[in-house]
Amino acid sequence: MSARDWRGSLPRDVLIATVFVLAVASTAMAHPQQGQAQGFLTGVRHPVAGLDHVLAMICVGVWGAQLGQPAIWLLPVTFPMVMALGGFLGLVGIPLPGVEVAVSLSAVLLGVMVARAARPPLAVAAVLVGVFAIFHGHAHGTELPAGQSGLAYSIGFVTATGCLHGVGIAIGEVNRWPAGRVLLRAAGVAVALAGAALTWSAL
Amino acid sequence: MKGSTPVARRLAVCGLATVCGVLVPGRAEAHLVTTGLGPVYDGISHVLMSPDDLVPILAMSLLAGLNGVRASRMTLFSLTLAWLAAGAAGFFFGHTVLPLAVTSASFLIVGGLTAADRRLAPAVVTGLAVAVGLLHGWMNGAAIAETGRSALGLVGIAATVFVCVSLVSALVTVPRAAWWRIAVRVAGSWVAAIGLLMIGWAVRGR
Repeated sequence: MSARDWRGSLPRDVLIATVFVLAVASTAMAHPQQGQAQGFLTGVRHPVAGLDHVLAMICVGVWGAQLGQPAIWLLPVTFPMVMALGGFLGLVGIPLPGVEVAVSLSAVLLGVMVARAARPPLAVAAVLVGVFAIFHGHAHGTELPAGQSGLAYSIGFVTATGCLHGVGIAIGEVNRWPAGRVLLRAAGVAVALAGAALTWSAL
Repeated sequence: MKGSTPVARRLAVCGLATVCGVLVPGRAEAHLVTTGLGPVYDGISHVLMSPDDLVPILAMSLLAGLNGVRASRMTLFSLTLAWLAAGAAGFFFGHTVLPLAVTSASFLIVGGLTAADRRLAPAVVTGLAVAVGLLHGWMNGAAIAETGRSALGLVGIAATVFVCVSLVSALVTVPRAAWWRIAVRVAGSWVAAIGLLMIGWAVRGR
């Protein structure tokens, strides 16, 4: 066998050997810190478990993509901090009226914005999204089960919400093509209708 | 292997890998009493598995990277040395009396500055790094003393801080596409958001 043959097939051999070694791997005693890990998983699950939250967060990303620069990066940068402010208000005991209705309404209004491909001034868009962010944070950022880590929950919650924005931005990138623009607007209508149904159930 | 077919050679490699895998001990002796290095590894794993220390390190690295090579170099040494010095001081003289809200403030401030992406003087970034290092190092040292563990753990912690700052700030400092800087700012905003929630949890007593 020539040296060239060795070089050509070596990565594949290494891959096969790695699979064999992994197949006989023993259990890792990794000290999983039950409370920490559970708090993180709870935080990750929480934003994706509520349909109103999922729809609104994805819509934020989609709308940012429709608006283009600088909204496409301004919204994901500012939203988590404003949302955390809402969570902070909830944690220190400052009540907000009609939180659940406001969260559902956010899906309606953001869906309408996407459906109309609305292009208000950046300040108006930022205020609209910011107000909803406060309500989302107040509603979802404070629901930690007993015995779990607040830090891990917060990391999971913020990360999952940020990833939903990322999904929205990625979906919104189809706005580059005419068919994509139509598709996004249709999706906005669907989100607005779903938000309306959620608002009705919240009333 | 001369004259062997690819299939035979592959079987031989797989057989050798299987033997090696079987010979690997089933249990990980994670506390290396025999070598004396256990506390060092404890320190390394503590940083990597404790988000309350790891997140500020990453945030400080991101902020330093956004502010250029000089700020990154100064942060690399100032954060590590401050962490080590405060850790030693905390080990010998300290008590973990600082409330959670104080340590969470480092998340909020460093994350907020990263999200804002305002150009800071290297001296300002260094000052922040020293403050973060002193705060978290003191807490680490005091906690090690209170739990009766070896001060060698601080060596592992400091080494991990050094490696993390080296890698992360280098990733940010090297010029990349425009979206990369935005991604770093988004990460900073996540850290600030986590810090704000943590202060809320501290007020609530969780």
